[in-house]
Amino acid sequence: MSAPIILKVEAVSRSFGKFQALQGVSLEIPRGRLCALIGPNGAGKTTFYNVISGRYRPSRGRVFFEGRDITGLPPHKLVKLGLLRSFQITNIFPALTVLENVLAPLAVMHGMSFSFWRSLSSQKHLVEEAMAILERLGLAGQSHREVSTLAYGDKRLIEIAIVLACRPRLVLLDEPTAGMNPEETERMIRLIHELAARSEITFFVTEHDMKVVFSVAQTIFVLNQGSLLAQGTPEEIRANPAVRQAYLGGSLDAERA
Amino acid sequence: MKPRAGTLFAAAAPAAFLLAAPFFLSTYWVMILTEILTMSLFAMSFNLLFGYTGLLSFGQAGIFGAGGYFAVLSLIHGPSSLWAAFAAALLGSAFLSMIIGWFCVRRDEIYFAILTLGFGMMLFTVAHNWRSLTGGSDGLGGFTLPPLDLLFWRGSLADPRHFYFLVLGVVFLGALLLYRMVHSPFGLLLRSIRENTQRLSFVGADVRAVRLCAFVVAGTLAGLAGVLFALFNRIASPEMLHWSFSGKAVLMTILGGSGVLFGPAVGAAIFYVLEHVITAHTTNWMVFLGAILVVLVLAFPRGVLGSLLHLAARRRGRPRP
Amino acid sequence: METFLANLFNGLSWGMLLFLISIGLTIIFGVMGVLNFAHGSLFMLGAYLCMQFVRWTGSFWTGLLLGPPLVAALAVAIERFFLRPLYGRDVSLQLLLTFGLMLFLDDGVRLIWGAAYHVVQPPDALSGSVAIFSQSYPLYRLFLVVLGPLAGLALWAFFTFTLWGKLLRAAAMDRQMAEIVGVRVPVLFTAVFAFGAWLAAVGGALAAPHQSVGPAMGERIIIESFIVVVIGGMGSFPGAFVGALILGLLNSFGTTFFPQVQMALPYILLAGILLTRPRGLFGAES
Repeated sequence: MSAPIILKVEAVSRSFGKFQALQGVSLEIPRGRLCALIGPNGAGKTTFYNVISGRYRPSRGRVFFEGRDITGLPPHKLVKLGLLRSFQITNIFPALTVLENVLAPLAVMHGMSFSFWRSLSSQKHLVEEAMAILERLGLAGQSHREVSTLAYGDKRLIEIAIVLACRPRLVLLDEPTAGMNPEETERMIRLIHELAARSEITFFVTEHDMKVVFSVAQTIFVLNQGSLLAQGTPEEIRANPAVRQAYLGGSLDAERA
Repeated sequence: MKPRAGTLFAAAAPAAFLLAAPFFLSTYWVMILTEILTMSLFAMSFNLLFGYTGLLSFGQAGIFGAGGYFAVLSLIHGPSSLWAAFAAALLGSAFLSMIIGWFCVRRDEIYFAILTLGFGMMLFTVAHNWRSLTGGSDGLGGFTLPPLDLLFWRGSLADPRHFYFLVLGVVFLGALLLYRMVHSPFGLLLRSIRENTQRLSFVGADVRAVRLCAFVVAGTLAGLAGVLFALFNRIASPEMLHWSFSGKAVLMTILGGSGVLFGPAVGAAIFYVLEHVITAHTTNWMVFLGAILVVLVLAFPRGVLGSLLHLAARRRGRPRP
Repeated sequence: METFLANLFNGLSWGMLLFLISIGLTIIFGVMGVLNFAHGSLFMLGAYLCMQFVRWTGSFWTGLLLGPPLVAALAVAIERFFLRPLYGRDVSLQLLLTFGLMLFLDDGVRLIWGAAYHVVQPPDALSGSVAIFSQSYPLYRLFLVVLGPLAGLALWAFFTFTLWGKLLRAAAMDRQMAEIVGVRVPVLFTAVFAFGAWLAAVGGALAAPHQSVGPAMGERIIIESFIVVVIGGMGSFPGAFVGALILGLLNSFGTTFFPQVQMALPYILLAGILLTRPRGLFGAES
């Protein structure tokens, strides 16, 4: 328990009209620990993500990132602080090349948004940094391809590449393997493991696919009907009767077999 | 990335033609070429917003025309100096586009198009109705064209060939700025905005400020083109600010290709040549232009230059960078 | 009092024509997501066809009855062959396509009927003028003023009580939902575009005796009706009605009281509303 807390959520609630999407959710994520958020459909996972990543303001409660109160800060401010999210639906720059998809956020990060005279390709450090990110994701060989021509799994990797270009310290991965075939899923799991082990980035994953969650996460949080139902290691979660109840026993048993 | 021989030739041949043209073309065609160059700058400025940033402006003519009026007003009420006229127009159109852009860049797509149209037409109304200042619907003319005063050389702009070289020089500088811009980090951000505005703001970019910047650059260059247009025609008239004049920039851009920097310039050339060929036979050349536009949008949305480059890139077997 | 009444009638009659064209524009945008630049040209075509029928048959009513269906048929062809390939593509492409159609139709009309302005006499029953407060008004203008609310009422009834009307409204609000409940979208799109064109052409035919018929009439009304649908709220029916009234009255009263800035008033109104209420007066907040 010695690792410092990177994200602290304190009694966060959020309602839409009469509907209570989140009710008093509190959790802490230690730096460097691979955590996952699961829950049946409609449990409030997406709302929870949107609250942390600044899209929604919580109705009540506070969110702290590295000890700093970030409640209600807009997404672009959170990016500057080092908190990023990836998107469930592929959200990239389709008609740009792979390299350009990474260069754009890098240019923003380096404060070069308004640099209009120097040519982009002359910015060696920018291009090198971008290529290093692509190398890590195994996309370097395709750097000059237009991303709209890539396979689905590779497009999802571009999403990750854009996130990495922003030099995050905490990344919220929203269903990183959604829609992937088994092979692509395998590759993504390996990638998350690798990145978590070899970088300073803390990952916080939501997933539909239980197999992915249990093979990736060190700590799992279970959300049900807007409140936190349980938290613990994969083993503890598997053994938790309340969780099994919430999932009607189905997928967890299947996973074990 | 070494430029290939073909690429070098493709760049050098038009440049050589433009430099040599006045020495072998008739005065009539030199004047046509002057108009083409002027409209190229106007259409390219429009395309910085449309093709690169994904913002369809139907008010570009408002700032174009305002630039023309600023220059003529400076010549009538101020010193009889070409450079003073240019300075007045540049400052004026930059200022105007900053104000208009500040409002317009908050909206997307159709709302941006309509809002720019609205602001452009406000400027049109000013030019049309403020008779005492602008001469109303007659336009503002009756100024003496100042001499072209370069440090080492003085010439009369009444000579169409001198005027041509002035326009060529100004358009070259404008095109150079645009060229550097679209290949810079700023240019990449413009294209990222076109592709996915929301995503870019999620990586921390100030999308509004970047768009405003593009709007001001486009407006200033449009104003610059407006100066050339007004001086060439010896008059600044309200039609220059009307939305249908913005439509011309739209047409030229689609004709040539919105995805390529020099697409609108090629489009302007095609536009004028077609106009001359078709109007020799009929006055109803807009019927043809409308039909051509429909066919292009449906079958060749890349435009003439865009399609050619695309074809060439496919032949070489690699995607265009 | 006299000027007030005159302005009121002028404004209402122009507003009524704006309403007929804007309602089509707004449904087409709501259902199909297309901002139809050529809509003013369809209005103009309605006026020209009406004029042609008057020349052939001498009857305005024949023109009003037969012209608009022809325009609607043309609209079916436009939707099927030109617009359909562009659905799901960049919004600007659709705008540019309809812009090209506008140029084509406006100049095509010039090619067929010449560049001159034409006058269409109102039908006998509606010609002449009546005296109100010792001031005489053209009867036809009053007819338009009365027709406006009636047309509004008829359209309202159509959208509220008929199946097709309900479908259109549902689709204008939520296309996906309409698809889910089993509306055949391609047919719906064609029908919507044709219906909008028919309304615009009816407006054009009604406008023929009210103003002179000329090739520029489409270009003028399209910009004003853009303003109407934007200030009313894209896709909103009450918005189109209120927007058209505001613009019509702004036109007539503006000309009398602020002749210097009258031309700019619609644009100032447009910018003001778009910047403070981005979805227009009656638009749904997103």
